[in-house]
Amino acid sequence: MKKWFKDYIWFIIYSGVVVGAISFTVGNLDYDWQWGRIPAYIVSAHNGLKPGPLLHGVYVTIQISLVSIVFAFLFGLVSAFLRMSNSFVARFIAYGYIESIRNTPLIVQIFFMYFAVAPIFNISAFASAVTALSLFEGAYLSEIIRAGILSIRKGQWEAAWSLGLGRFQTYRYVILPLAMRRVLPPLTGQGVSLIKDSALVSTISIYDLTMVGQTIVSDTFLSFEVWFTVAALYLMMTIPLSLLSGHVEKRFAVH
Amino acid sequence: MKRSVLIVLSIILMFSGCAKKDHGNQLDEVKKRGVLRVGMSTFVPWAMNDKEGNLIGFEIDVATELAKDMGVKIEFVPTKWSGIIPSLLTGKFDVIIGGMGITEERAKKVDFSDPYDFSGMSIVASRKKAPDFKDLASFNKSEILIAARLGTTAAEAAKKNFPNAQLKLFDDEAQAIQELLTDRVHAVVASSPLPEYQAIKYSKRFYLPVEDTFENEPIGFAMKKGEDSLKSYFNSWIKKKTGDGFLKERKNYWFKTRDWEKRVE
Repeated sequence: MKKWFKDYIWFIIYSGVVVGAISFTVGNLDYDWQWGRIPAYIVSAHNGLKPGPLLHGVYVTIQISLVSIVFAFLFGLVSAFLRMSNSFVARFIAYGYIESIRNTPLIVQIFFMYFAVAPIFNISAFASAVTALSLFEGAYLSEIIRAGILSIRKGQWEAAWSLGLGRFQTYRYVILPLAMRRVLPPLTGQGVSLIKDSALVSTISIYDLTMVGQTIVSDTFLSFEVWFTVAALYLMMTIPLSLLSGHVEKRFAVH
Repeated sequence: MKRSVLIVLSIILMFSGCAKKDHGNQLDEVKKRGVLRVGMSTFVPWAMNDKEGNLIGFEIDVATELAKDMGVKIEFVPTKWSGIIPSLLTGKFDVIIGGMGITEERAKKVDFSDPYDFSGMSIVASRKKAPDFKDLASFNKSEILIAARLGTTAAEAAKKNFPNAQLKLFDDEAQAIQELLTDRVHAVVASSPLPEYQAIKYSKRFYLPVEDTFENEPIGFAMKKGEDSLKSYFNSWIKKKTGDGFLKERKNYWFKTRDWEKRVE
């Protein structure tokens, strides 16, 4: 009982400090809050209800993330197999891809893709954004998938071979189902990262949620209100995915 | 328990201690500090880096002269243009001297001095992608792509003059020009004379569809709201410097001559 009480007091103190610090700093800024102007940017009520610019930004962010995650998974899967192949060339290609991507900043990769590669092959801003993002996330997914496959005990391989399954069949029916179940939680986690990383495509003038936020701020200077709203919208996209990740972890737990 | 009470008390004390931060007079604050902090962003030829990496340009000359007359040192705070007003409001610097156009929307958040300069917009187009456009109206079509810098009055002017065109916004002009060089947009809108310079530099690929500038706008210093003594100091300074010809002479050097070019390239 006493311990509970003490904990409670500490909670009050903690929240007091947090609320106090926030209201103190904000109060000190003389910031003129204009929350009333925000809803118009989420849902526009101009001749009938229509999604406003912010919701349109959410749509573009989801679109980019969905397309990118599919390609990222393909890149990840292929490079994981190349990395574990017996061929020196295949291993070298996969190693070069994974290390060069993981050791350079994503924003540089996006600029490189958009300003250097895209003009040569004449690809659109959207396509270069998706390519850069899926190559980037693919390198991380590759390591996750490879770790999953390597974590499957040798006995599974031997059992599959003794049943007369070939290499492809062993992967298809035995190893991958086991490995995927193990790596599902980190895979969903990588999906959350992808949504957050997609904010960087705003630098090449794609009207995703971040870019829309930036243009509204530069038009109206409602920086606090807009960035709070944008952050909340990102949370609405990522929290369900994070919860799903936790759920998946329990559901597919390997005992 | 005693300890927690002590902690709470000390926290309350701490807050009441700093809550009364003096909001008074920024002009006195600058003089006491001995440094005028100026927020700016790179715009050729308003502010740019020379070969040694020093800041040069029209605004740099204006701000340096202002600090000299105030008897304080100068400190430039380079800031991303799209975030320059929020940075001023949160006290990262005392004043924005960066070729900022006076607009109603900006005036809701900041105070402007009297204008010390005027600037117009111009448009530079790609010969290949937009051949032989002769007026602004030709650009106001839904298939036309126009690049501009995010958060500038050029972006606003493009939105206003070409409401049907699609706008692509970048964090600096170099990226917008890059878009035009790779023929991914039809034209770039920016404050004069940048488009004119680009049309000279890449005369085989770019041209000026209209010779004159449009949307002539006043330029002022921007400061936090309610800093009246700072504002009246700036206004008198601008009057004096207009009178003695300093502003005109500097403007002439940076905008009419290209003598400074060898300092940059």
